[in-house]
Amino acid sequence: MPNVLIVVEAQPNGSLRKATLNALAAGQQIIAKAGGGELHAVVLAKDAGPLANDVKQYGVKVVHAGSAAHCENFLAQNVAPGIAQIATQIGAEYVGCAATQVGRDVMPRVAARLKAAMASEITSVNADLSFDRPMWAGAVIGTVKLSSKVKCFSVRATEFPAATASGAGEVKAFTPEAPASVGTKFVGFKEVKSARPALTEARVVVSGGRGTKGDFKDIEALADELGAAVGASRAVCDAGWQPNDLQVGQTGKVVAPQLYIAAGISGAIQHIAGMKSSKTIVAINKDGDAPIFTVADYGLVGDLFKALPELKAAIKAAKG
Amino acid sequence: MPLKILVTAKRVEDSESKIRANPAGTGIVLEGLKYKMNPFDEIGVEEALRLVAKHGGEVVVASIGSKDCHEQLRQALAMGATRAIWVNHAGPIDQLGVAGCLMKICEREKPNLAILGKQSIDDDQNQVGQYLAEWLGWSQATFASKEESLDSDAEKSKTPALKLTADGAWVTVVREVDGGLETLECKLPAVVTTDLRLNQPRFSKLPDIMKAKTKPLEELTPAALGVDVTPQLTVTSMKAPPARKAGIKVPDVAALVDKLKNEAKAI
Repeated sequence: MPNVLIVVEAQPNGSLRKATLNALAAGQQIIAKAGGGELHAVVLAKDAGPLANDVKQYGVKVVHAGSAAHCENFLAQNVAPGIAQIATQIGAEYVGCAATQVGRDVMPRVAARLKAAMASEITSVNADLSFDRPMWAGAVIGTVKLSSKVKCFSVRATEFPAATASGAGEVKAFTPEAPASVGTKFVGFKEVKSARPALTEARVVVSGGRGTKGDFKDIEALADELGAAVGASRAVCDAGWQPNDLQVGQTGKVVAPQLYIAAGISGAIQHIAGMKSSKTIVAINKDGDAPIFTVADYGLVGDLFKALPELKAAIKAAKG
Repeated sequence: MPLKILVTAKRVEDSESKIRANPAGTGIVLEGLKYKMNPFDEIGVEEALRLVAKHGGEVVVASIGSKDCHEQLRQALAMGATRAIWVNHAGPIDQLGVAGCLMKICEREKPNLAILGKQSIDDDQNQVGQYLAEWLGWSQATFASKEESLDSDAEKSKTPALKLTADGAWVTVVREVDGGLETLECKLPAVVTTDLRLNQPRFSKLPDIMKAKTKPLEELTPAALGVDVTPQLTVTSMKAPPARKAGIKVPDVAALVDKLKNEAKAI
């Protein structure tokens, strides 16, 4: 009957990062498949109280709220001691988080502190408590078994449902351990400002690739018509045409919207790994043999600069 | 202040090769595979060379694997690394084993910086740099990037993206995080892991490839380093990812909108 600890992540504005709910759901699956156990969460922040109060409604027995100045900005070297401290205190057998950039940064450091093995970006929890996870950019799904006493994991949010509100757990305040010395200083955060929805949370994503030649006007116009987020392929971000933060793919953002429209994207396996769980995929590409068509529900062979404005007009008309 | 930088050069399957699980599910199909240096490690080697070109010092490259990984070590030496450390180990090894070996190497070599790829493109775990930093008690900056693009003048002039503070005691790192770019200062010694857009690695010229053959390559083993590499993570089986059902091609935008509206109900 294992105890499971999930690390809660805040957005820069202090509110809950939604991917945390998918990590909590993975924690609930571990407990269900183990035939029992307790789900705990840990919040670390300058003032952990408000976020802890929010999280306690999601089927968590105890939310451990650690408030300390050194936890501001959630730097790995500064927060790993406090997370490991709670994991040890509650005898957690599983410690996990969402595989966001924060989770990818922090969780291995926590695992190291706990001398635990870790499985990254898990896509399912199996009956024997092994995990499935993508390898080789998603070309292979590996089943991994962790034999360390404590087992750590990060969760690919698109592959788990979000935990739902189901009664109030208890919030317990604690004083988080600080790192032995101050080795990391936060200097600044340059936000990619956009009026559009966040890429990982949007219902619709319109992405452009090399075929745009850097001209995203039609991509953006269609996105705005659909209330969609804008995404990009690696080639586009490498060329500096769009910010790195918009890259969809194995090493960028993994998205699973209701509708994903890929325009001028050939469909390298690394890109497909980042969007193939989308409910409906549309591909628009001049090259009818482009690999993107192998994962698209609807493919249109043609010039994106002609098709996208037409599509925007037709959607506008269809909406009436 | 001259720098000593430790970098890594893992041997991985070339992503241009067709990677697929074998029918028995015990591994991947090995026939026809090509191998190369993990591209994130290659970016780390490049960054280390740029830093050393600016500040002086040496770049030491390490790899763990069978003798096949000499090819990747020699590639790093041809790019400009000073010497190589080969940890001779042919069997399976997990992140704890790799980080354990690298920790012992860092304790011995005492570098100012360890620059590693953020992940290797075979197991895609993204962990070793963070384990290494924790076990050494060092600061870490993962997913190092820069504000300038790979087409920028800064990149063309091979300016290092990692900047040392004036007193040489800290390194400033721009990182890719959700929603933008974060800047951190890390006290040296530190571990930095590289993201895709930190730099464009150089190609080696033939004379440098020849010269690399005579650069020092030291052989070690996990046992000699005092590291037990018995894995605590085992990949018990491999399979193909779930396939999406085959879609259709539509003739025009009108047909596409009809499908989206009436079949997929996506708009």
